[in-house]
Amino acid sequence: MADTTTKTQTVLDIRELTKFFGGLCAVKSFGLSLPQGALWGLIGPNGAGKTTVFNLVTGLIPLSSGEVLFGAERIDGLNPHEITRLGIARTFQNIRLFSNLSVLDNVRIAYHPHAGYGLSDSLLRTRKFALREKELTEQALEFLSIFKLEAIAEETARNLPYGEQRRVEIARALACKPQLLLLDEPAAGMNPREIIELMELIHFIRDRFKLTILLIEHQMRVVMSICERITVMDFGEVIARGTPKEIQGNQTVVEAYLGKGAAGSAAG
Amino acid sequence: MELGYLFTTILKMVLLVAWIYGLMWGLNRKAIWQKALTILLAFGVIQGAFLLQFGDYAVFSAFDQGLLYQAVTMTMVALGLNLIYGFNGQFSLAQWGFYGIGAYCAADITYRWVNGDASGLFVAGIGVFLAALALVGVGRLLRLKRGIPVLSAFTFYLVATVIVGFVAVFAGKALAAAVAPGFGGHAASGALASPAAVQIVFFLSVLIAGAFAAEVSFLFGLPVLTLGSDYFGIATLGFAIVVQTLMVNSDTILPFPEMKGGRGMIGIPKLTSWVAAFAFLLVVVVIVRNFIRSSTGRATLSVREDETAAKAMGIDVAGSKLMAFVLGSFIAGIGGGVYAHYIGFLSPSTFSFIAGFNPLIIVVFGGLGSMTGSIAASFVWIFFLEGFLRVLLAQMGTEAPTWRFVLYPITLLLLMLIRPQGLLGSVEWGFLRPDRIVRRLTGNGASTSGPAAVQKGQA
Repeated sequence: MADTTTKTQTVLDIRELTKFFGGLCAVKSFGLSLPQGALWGLIGPNGAGKTTVFNLVTGLIPLSSGEVLFGAERIDGLNPHEITRLGIARTFQNIRLFSNLSVLDNVRIAYHPHAGYGLSDSLLRTRKFALREKELTEQALEFLSIFKLEAIAEETARNLPYGEQRRVEIARALACKPQLLLLDEPAAGMNPREIIELMELIHFIRDRFKLTILLIEHQMRVVMSICERITVMDFGEVIARGTPKEIQGNQTVVEAYLGKGAAGSAAG
Repeated sequence: MELGYLFTTILKMVLLVAWIYGLMWGLNRKAIWQKALTILLAFGVIQGAFLLQFGDYAVFSAFDQGLLYQAVTMTMVALGLNLIYGFNGQFSLAQWGFYGIGAYCAADITYRWVNGDASGLFVAGIGVFLAALALVGVGRLLRLKRGIPVLSAFTFYLVATVIVGFVAVFAGKALAAAVAPGFGGHAASGALASPAAVQIVFFLSVLIAGAFAAEVSFLFGLPVLTLGSDYFGIATLGFAIVVQTLMVNSDTILPFPEMKGGRGMIGIPKLTSWVAAFAFLLVVVVIVRNFIRSSTGRATLSVREDETAAKAMGIDVAGSKLMAFVLGSFIAGIGGGVYAHYIGFLSPSTFSFIAGFNPLIIVVFGGLGSMTGSIAASFVWIFFLEGFLRVLLAQMGTEAPTWRFVLYPITLLLLMLIRPQGLLGSVEWGFLRPDRIVRRLTGNGASTSGPAAVQKGQA
C-alpha cells in the first residue's frame, strides 16, 4: 500500500453536509474532519442518518448541499467509481458480496481499476494480459492469505458462513487500495467470538495498511473499545463528539438513546 | 418413415453437441499445433459430412446444411445476448433488432456490389469507420469534463455521428463512381466482379454489419441503459419494433428501394460457405470467451451480481453495461450478415419482435451465464424444432406448424420446472472454462476447499 501523499493531516473533511429526501431532512449540516490514521466511530440511534452519510460520501446518492473534501480534492458530485478510485472504500450494512462468484473473483474485481491491461489485450490475449493477469491473481491470493481466506479462495461467496462473508467483504474493500475505509456496521449479526475476531482484524488492517477508518456500529462494546474518537448523530444532526469516555458520560447522548426519563435514572 | 427421420435428427443433435465438446476440448490444449489441428479437424468433419452420400441418402442434406447455418448464426446471436443478459444482467429484447440490422446492412453491401455498384461498401465502410473515430473522439473529449448528463453526452455523440454519416455518403458515392469501371461492362466483367473480389466484399460486409450494429447499439444503449432493468427491457422491445417497422418501410420512408420493404429483399448472393460460417463462429466464440475471462469480464459479472457493490469497488457500472451491450450487438450483427448470405432472402417478418424471443429462449434454455449452454442450445434448438416439424407434417399435414408451437412451449415449460438453471446451468466445457491458475499457484484444489467448490460444477 502506497503511503498517503496528503500533506494536510486531514484525510476526509465533511462540511455542512445536508441531504433532503423530499421534505425530510435526513442529514443536516453534518460536519466531520478525519485526521490521518484515525479510527473514528459514528454512532446514533436507528434512522439517525449514519448510513446516509456514508452513501453521500461515497457518491451513491447525490447530496443536497455541503462539501466533501478528500485530502485536498473536492469529491462531492463525482461518480461512485471515481471516488473509490481516489481511495475511499466501503463495506455495506447488509453484506453485498458478489454472491455467485468465488472469493478470489470478488477480490480480483476490486483490483479491476488497477488491472493494467485494456480490452484489446484481453481479446487478443497478449503477453501483457498473461503477465498482468498472473500478477493480479497472485496479488489477490496473497491478499486473501493475509485474511486467512486463501483456503476458501475458490468457494462461491454465497456459501460462506456469515462471519467469513464479513471478512471477505472487508478484504474486498481493502483490495481497492484505499486510504480511507468506511465500515458500515461490521459487527451486525455476529456472535461474541466473531466480534472479538473482528475487532482484532480492524486493528490489524489499520496498522498493516496505514488506513484511516470511519466506522458505524451499534454494538457499544465494539465502539467503545476500538474507536479513539466518536461522533454521535441523532435525527440527522451531530449531537456530540469526543472520546469514548466523554461520550459515555454525555447527557444528550444517553437521552437520544434511551429517552429523557431513562437518562435521569441512568445519571442517578 | 418419418420416425426414422426424427431418430436421425436426434442422432445428429447428439453428434453435433459432441462435436462442440470436442472443439472446445481441443481448443483448450496448450500447444498451438494442437489447437490448429482441432480447428482443422472440426472444420473437416462437418465439411466431410456435407459431401458424404450413400446412394440417395445424404448424411447432411441441403436441408440439414441450412439448419446448420441457421444454428451457427443463432449461436452468435445467443452468445451476444448471453453476454448482455446472462453475464451483465441486462434483460434485452433488442438483440433480434441488431441481428436484423446486421443482416440488412451486409446484404445491401453485397447486393449492390454484385449488381455493379460499389457505393454500398464504400458508404457503409467509410461511415462505420468514421463513426467509430467520431464516437471515440467525442468520448475522449467528454471525459475531460466531469459530470456531463447522459442526455447531453448522447446529443454530442448523435450530432457527431450524423455529421460523419453525411460525409460518408458523399465520399462513398464519389469513390464508388470512381471505381465503377472496374466492374466491367456487359461484354466482359471487370476485376471487381470476379468471385475472389466478391468473397472479400462478403467478409468485409459482415464485419461492417457487425460494426454498424455495434454503433447503433452504442447510441441506443447510452441513454437507455441508465434505466433500471425492467424499463430497459421495455425500451429494447420498442427498439426491436422500430427496427422491424423500418424494414417493412425500407423502400418508402428509407431510401433503399433494393430492400423492397415488406415484400422482402431478394437476390442477395448466397456467399456463406461452411468455411465462412465456421470462421465467423470461431472468432465470435473466442471473442466472447476472452472477454468474459478477463478483468473486464469480471467487472461485467459484478454488475450483474450487485450494481451498488460494483460501484463501490471502483467499477464504472454504466461503462460496463454499455461495453457488454455494444459487444453483444456487434456479434449479433455479424450473425445477421452470415445469415443473410446463407438464406439469400430477407423478409421483415423474420425480424419481428415475436421471433426475437427465440434467442432469449435459447439463452435461458442453455443456461444464463453459460457460454457452452448458449452454443449447444442453439444447435439443439434448431434441429429439435425442425425435426419435430418434419415428423408432425407427416402425421397431421398443414396443421403441424401450429401444433409445433404447442408442443415446443410445453417442452420448455417442463425444462424450466425440472431444471430452472437451464440445460447446462453454469457448466462450461474445455476452452470456455475459467483458467485453473489458482490451483496451480496454491497447489490445493477442490479437495481442501470443501463441497462448494465441487458444487460449482467444473466437471
